[in-house]
Amino acid sequence: MSVLEVKDLSVTYKTMAGDVPAVRGVDLRIDKGEVLGLAGESGCGKSTIAGALLRLHPSGTKIEGTAMLDGEDVLTMSPGRLRAVRWFGASIVFQGAMHAMNPVKRIGEQLAEPIIVHKQADEKQAKVRVGALLEQVGLPARRMEDYPHELSGGQKQRVMIAMALACGPSLVIADEPTTALDVMVQAQVLKLLKELQNDLGLAMLFITHDLSVLVEVSDRLAIMYAGKIIEEGPATSVFEDPQHPYTKALAAAFPAIGDERFRRAPSGLGGDPPDPMAIPSGCSFHPRCPSAFDDCSSVNPPLFVAGEGRRAACLLVEGAHAGAKETTA
Amino acid sequence: MTMTPTAPPQQPPPPEPIPPIKIKGQRSIAWTRRKLALKRFWAVYRRNAMGMAGLIILVIIVVLALIAPLIVDPTDLDPALAQGIPFSPPSTEHFLGTDNFGRDVFAMVIFGARISLLVGLAATLVTMVIGAGVGIYGGYYGGRIDSVLNAFTNWFLVIPWIALAIVLTSLLGPSLFNIIMVIGITSWAGTARLVRAQALSVRERPYVERSNALGASNWHMITRHILPNVFPVIFANTVLTVALSILSETTLALLGLGDPNSISWGTIINESFEAGALSAGYWWWLIPPGIAIVLVTLSFTMCGFALDEVMNPRLRKR
Amino acid sequence: MTTAHPDVPAVAVDAPVLEVRDVHVNFAGRQGLIASIMGKTAPSARAVDGVDFSLAKGEIVALAGESGCGKTTLARAIMGIIKPEKGDVLHEGTSIRTGNIRDYRRRVQMVFQDPTAALNPRKTVYELVAEGLRVHKVPGNEEEQVASSLSRAGLRPPERFYLQYPHELSGGQRQRVVIAGALALDPEVIVADEPVSSLDASVRGEILKLLMDLRADLQISILVITHDLGLAWTIADRVVVMYLGRVVESGPTEDVLLRPMHPYTKALLDVVPEAGGTDRPILQGEPPDPTRIPDGCRFHLRCPVVASGRAAELGIEDRCRGEDLALRELGEGHLAACYEADLQYPQS
Repeated sequence: MSVLEVKDLSVTYKTMAGDVPAVRGVDLRIDKGEVLGLAGESGCGKSTIAGALLRLHPSGTKIEGTAMLDGEDVLTMSPGRLRAVRWFGASIVFQGAMHAMNPVKRIGEQLAEPIIVHKQADEKQAKVRVGALLEQVGLPARRMEDYPHELSGGQKQRVMIAMALACGPSLVIADEPTTALDVMVQAQVLKLLKELQNDLGLAMLFITHDLSVLVEVSDRLAIMYAGKIIEEGPATSVFEDPQHPYTKALAAAFPAIGDERFRRAPSGLGGDPPDPMAIPSGCSFHPRCPSAFDDCSSVNPPLFVAGEGRRAACLLVEGAHAGAKETTA
Repeated sequence: MTMTPTAPPQQPPPPEPIPPIKIKGQRSIAWTRRKLALKRFWAVYRRNAMGMAGLIILVIIVVLALIAPLIVDPTDLDPALAQGIPFSPPSTEHFLGTDNFGRDVFAMVIFGARISLLVGLAATLVTMVIGAGVGIYGGYYGGRIDSVLNAFTNWFLVIPWIALAIVLTSLLGPSLFNIIMVIGITSWAGTARLVRAQALSVRERPYVERSNALGASNWHMITRHILPNVFPVIFANTVLTVALSILSETTLALLGLGDPNSISWGTIINESFEAGALSAGYWWWLIPPGIAIVLVTLSFTMCGFALDEVMNPRLRKR
Repeated sequence: MTTAHPDVPAVAVDAPVLEVRDVHVNFAGRQGLIASIMGKTAPSARAVDGVDFSLAKGEIVALAGESGCGKTTLARAIMGIIKPEKGDVLHEGTSIRTGNIRDYRRRVQMVFQDPTAALNPRKTVYELVAEGLRVHKVPGNEEEQVASSLSRAGLRPPERFYLQYPHELSGGQRQRVVIAGALALDPEVIVADEPVSSLDASVRGEILKLLMDLRADLQISILVITHDLGLAWTIADRVVVMYLGRVVESGPTEDVLLRPMHPYTKALLDVVPEAGGTDRPILQGEPPDPTRIPDGCRFHLRCPVVASGRAAELGIEDRCRGEDLALRELGEGHLAACYEADLQYPQS
């Protein structure tokens, strides 16, 4: 059975300026022990999904669709049940987590908090568990007496991971967990995440804009643009053989060193990801697409099959245009 | 179906009407944009109940102060020429009663607004000039200059202003000009501190570094970058400072250090005390100027808070 | 949408456009009041600890390293924003300490990491681009110069952008405004500090392409500070790798990135994420801090060659731990500071 199954999720924020459709109909599925990578840039809605899965958005936000976590729909749970599920069923590792810690409390106290809140253990037992958690993320147990400022950036991120694992969740959502870190530290943290995920059989939703990082840790990839998923499939095959023009452009931003195609040949898209309040008609990507043609401005393509286990939302992918040559600007 | 590739257009922001290509044209249209910004500011301010209440009260008081010479008969203010019976309570003839010389209290309160507001505004000007000057100079240049100026500021902050004000006024004599200067000199330190903190923060911003990298002089960076970004803080602080200055003037007047030749709310209250109004129960003489002071202070404060909320969107209630 | 760029080799001139000679920048240590009364002095941070390199006309050099290696401090020392303790920066042979600093600021411009923060939010695009012209009182028609800079930076038609404010533009457009502001002064060198790291990934290529075009069309030399070796691969002619305030390896991009000599460069290349998982050797720990620089080769505490025992086998371990070393040219224009590399590439 899948750990997470999301169907037709839509999230609309209410602001003074009007309704902002951040997520517009997303389907996701993560099985036990699987890592799904969710890639996209600013404004695509990926972080919104993370918040929506634990209902962390301000009241008044319109959320539609279903999100089944271990068989229960998170979006329609009663507040009591929701509180029990938060951290216990699914937890989040936030971006900039180093700033998410209370600077005047010791690490051990903060780690023990979710354990005690969920009545998993009393204080003494919690302390033991905290020690074990720290060891699991590669820090000596005695560091639980330290304050956050005594740790380095990478160490703080490890503590955040430990915190996410504190109640033994079935799903861990990692939202840009390595973005603020140096490459070397990033590699260490990624390695740690992958090991933990393997050892504990976790399901993980890994959200980031850095495609190369995703390719390294994910089993499957989903690419988001303007609130929708526009391509998905096995990680390596999506990265090495992207079908959607946006995925191609995104992949080109992370060239492999040594690849002659990218030597002295930077490639990028003009314009910017669309403002969720002003999404273009038809295919939301068409104003920036190098391969766009007439129909693209009026037809909003659904996800078509694009190979073994792969789907992409592009008219070019739909069999009808197979055989026509793709022109580059 | 043929496939005609469309060249990827730049994502166009809604285009502004293209102005004639003349520099003068640019500048005047930049002014139009500033006017638009002011309109937007007003639209937000209007929705702030506290700010509007404060503003209305303030406008009424200022208008009354301005037209005072037109509605008040000067004989009502002159101790030698006043017609009323001294110490009479409020009546139809004398709306708020009379004082020890038979002067109309209502007339005095309205007229007193002129001096109180004048002193308040002028003293604030002095405070702002000294405080902002010291704050920006120290905050921008840093180092030894800042250490010296900061020590200087702290010295002034720590001295109880009343003590200093009493000494200075006694030395200089209680003319209106001196009072304004004394209040300014004793109040600038608070503003300087605030401005210095803001200047320090703005100085570190990347666009100031960019200006430096472009080769700008210190004067350029101070006037073009630091000052405009410190201005909102100064402005909000100014509004509150006026209230405080008016209170300061009142305090000095109550201590007998007010200008004996001018009528301000403080001098009215002072004279009433000296004539024993409190024990004799001449409430109509004592209370109205007090209420006036409270109203003005309150209205300035309310406007100040509203300004803070408008200019710093994070403070607005969701 | 890739456009292959014509190979533009660096043109050798008599004096390199910029030369950095043995630059040292220290930051005084901070300590409490009591400690200073007791006469203790906190160790200063040696952010840049003796760096030499040069930039030729029309060349693009990537200055790479992790955070804390001193690359940002070095960039600011080159710009003249920070004064080095020791050493000098020469512009066309003249030291910037003695030369005309205003003129230098005109000819060497900077592009910043965060374009949103680098543009005063209260100024219009026109004013932001014209600022440099006004500061230096450049003669000529200001409006024409602004228009031409905006066009050159890819913002066309320029008139449409005159009255925009930075917050109305996209990230890529803001960076173009910063670049236009730099171009208005007709610079010879652009120092770009992480020019694309705060931009959306799909937009980065456009800005990088712009930098390459500026080099091709105007022969502007570009020094790019970055932590991203992929970026260096994309646009740089040469790569200079820094660690803890020193250059540990430098040379043509192909050589440094495909045939690295220094263990640190190798480690950096190893951790670039790629398909196939996390099974590569990763350096442990965090870079030591610049207030306590190790003796000998400053990298030896984290060096896999020392850790694996190979250094002992080769008989160089003592030197790694005890003897500081300088860059040596071990290949054509390819320099490295490593005892093991010395052995592998003996100088003829």
